[in-house]
Amino acid sequence: MPEAIQTKTDLVGDPPKLAVERSASGLVIHLSGEWRLTRDIPPLAPVVRELETPPRKVMYDSKALSGWDSSLLAVVEKISQRCKQLKIEEERGGLPDGMRALLRLSEAVPDNEGARGRVSEENFVVQIGRDFLGFLDGIADFLAFFGEVAIALGRFLRGKARFRGVDLATAIQDCGVKAFGIVSLISFLVGVILAFMGAVQLEQFGAAIYVADLVGVGMVRDMGAMMTAIIMAGRTGAAFAAQLGTMKVTQEIDALTTMGISPIEFLVLPRVIALFLMMPLLCIYSDFVGVLGGAAVGAGMLGITMKSFLNEALHALTLGGVIGGVVKATVYGVIVAVAGCLRGMQCGNSSSAVGDAATAAVVTGIVYVVVACGIFAVIFHILYI
Amino acid sequence: MAYGDYVVMRDLSFTVNRGEVFVIMGPSGCGKSTLLRHLIGLNEPAKGEVWYGDINFTRADPIARRRMVRHFGVLYQGGALWSSMTLAENIGLPLQEFTDLKPDQIAEMASLKLSLVGLKGFENYYPSQISGGMQKRAGLARAIALDPHVLFFDEPSAGLDPISSRLLDDLILQLRDSLGATVVVVSHELASIFSIADNSVFLDPGTHTIAAQGNPKDLLEHCDIPVVHRFLSRGEAQGADAPGEKATQDATEKATSSSVRSNG
Repeated sequence: MPEAIQTKTDLVGDPPKLAVERSASGLVIHLSGEWRLTRDIPPLAPVVRELETPPRKVMYDSKALSGWDSSLLAVVEKISQRCKQLKIEEERGGLPDGMRALLRLSEAVPDNEGARGRVSEENFVVQIGRDFLGFLDGIADFLAFFGEVAIALGRFLRGKARFRGVDLATAIQDCGVKAFGIVSLISFLVGVILAFMGAVQLEQFGAAIYVADLVGVGMVRDMGAMMTAIIMAGRTGAAFAAQLGTMKVTQEIDALTTMGISPIEFLVLPRVIALFLMMPLLCIYSDFVGVLGGAAVGAGMLGITMKSFLNEALHALTLGGVIGGVVKATVYGVIVAVAGCLRGMQCGNSSSAVGDAATAAVVTGIVYVVVACGIFAVIFHILYI
Repeated sequence: MAYGDYVVMRDLSFTVNRGEVFVIMGPSGCGKSTLLRHLIGLNEPAKGEVWYGDINFTRADPIARRRMVRHFGVLYQGGALWSSMTLAENIGLPLQEFTDLKPDQIAEMASLKLSLVGLKGFENYYPSQISGGMQKRAGLARAIALDPHVLFFDEPSAGLDPISSRLLDDLILQLRDSLGATVVVVSHELASIFSIADNSVFLDPGTHTIAAQGNPKDLLEHCDIPVVHRFLSRGEAQGADAPGEKATQDATEKATSSSVRSNG
């Protein structure tokens, strides 16, 4: 490596050494060799030992020093601090000029002791309590945000909400057509899995045809809506959080607010409406593809024709079940959209915060979807749906 | 330098001397930061080469390049601190990667570097918890973590108030004098240019090449190229410091530190 780009860390000279000598005038610290970050730094113990019997003065001798960098600076700074603590006079004349300048620079601004006090240790129980309160706050935030979105939706229905039509169209495309592929794949596989699991059990009783009932009812009442919601939480909810989070970091949301434009109306509403409109359609599509997956297993494994399978599945379905599934999907869609947008709007001001927001959006979305699913199960049971 | 078919700058040829503060100046959008990216290897020149001493940086193999860039310290416009790490971790990472220092020594070193930029005590803060000016200084502390031989600054004064900007300029000079580093600064802040520059190039967006080279004070007094004179004389009207005030005594070594030759 040529000298022009060669740093001191590449040079190899005598190993760094530190020696102490006590004289009548004080303690002399002899520094020698080549001090580099890449080399072993000599221990400070001899100096510390000598300082236990405070000398009149501490002096340095760097005549035998062939090179230095921050490694030596750190050592000298530590000695300086020790001298200050013990109120020992320090004579820096024997140090290289550059080092004296750097020491002056490091001492120019006093230590921000107040800043250090910010890091506090909490015990485990306090942390659990704080996390639980944080969880409750999270629910409150979600409900408050949901309320804000509902108000904005009310303004939209009265024709007063402001957002760009193209944003709504783009959001519909993103969470509609562009989600077709993954919804198709997952739904088909869920149908296959349901049919396979059912077939193994029902075949033992000679009731293989009821696999169609199982897949039909399972997909239409619950699994279609649930799986679509989980896909959309991972795909679209995270995307909403990342988009809005990035806008928060780059102060685009602040710019909207200071212009008097509601970010909820302008940014959140089109996304919520898009998912509100697309989720029922995706759910119906998912139901259909799931039943096809089941039919494929029926045809391939159980010898049930496609026509028989579909007839049996349709026979098992009720209108209430179909509508119930679509209603669930619609509600899940709103939950996923609101969770994604909420986490995006709550995003911090750093790039890592955007990732955190996306993760939080997926977790929140899925948790609330599952909670909603449980609530629906109870309600539908009461209503005999 | 080019983006696709669009040529940003052509026929660039200049030499940075060891130990000097070299400023790349010019109006906004002329390609100063792009040139800096070429110097540190983030962009590749469409034609031409960057040399450090007698090593062709542009043609060097990836391993040699990685070894060379380890000796660069770069302060990006916004500080570019890693947001998921504390300031101490930001500074400690290069030390952890490229030295055998123990964790407590790395922590001490990070604290030392922070004290050099006036941020001692902020070791456990995350970048998002400190101001933009402090982020810049923390970025500088990270840039000098490995005692680099060449320090690059991309618009160090951008976004800072005049006092903070002046303090940062002083800090750059002090670090240059103490560490003996060569400093390359991209700037259009005239007060800053006059107070720190030993040598400079002026990039002209009109002709897409270097319009002038030399000490900014000399250029102001002797350069008769209208675009250069107009740019620099505006600085005088703003009450910039007398250029002669800057510390130049240690910046006169003439050993070639780096040079750029580019045809397009």
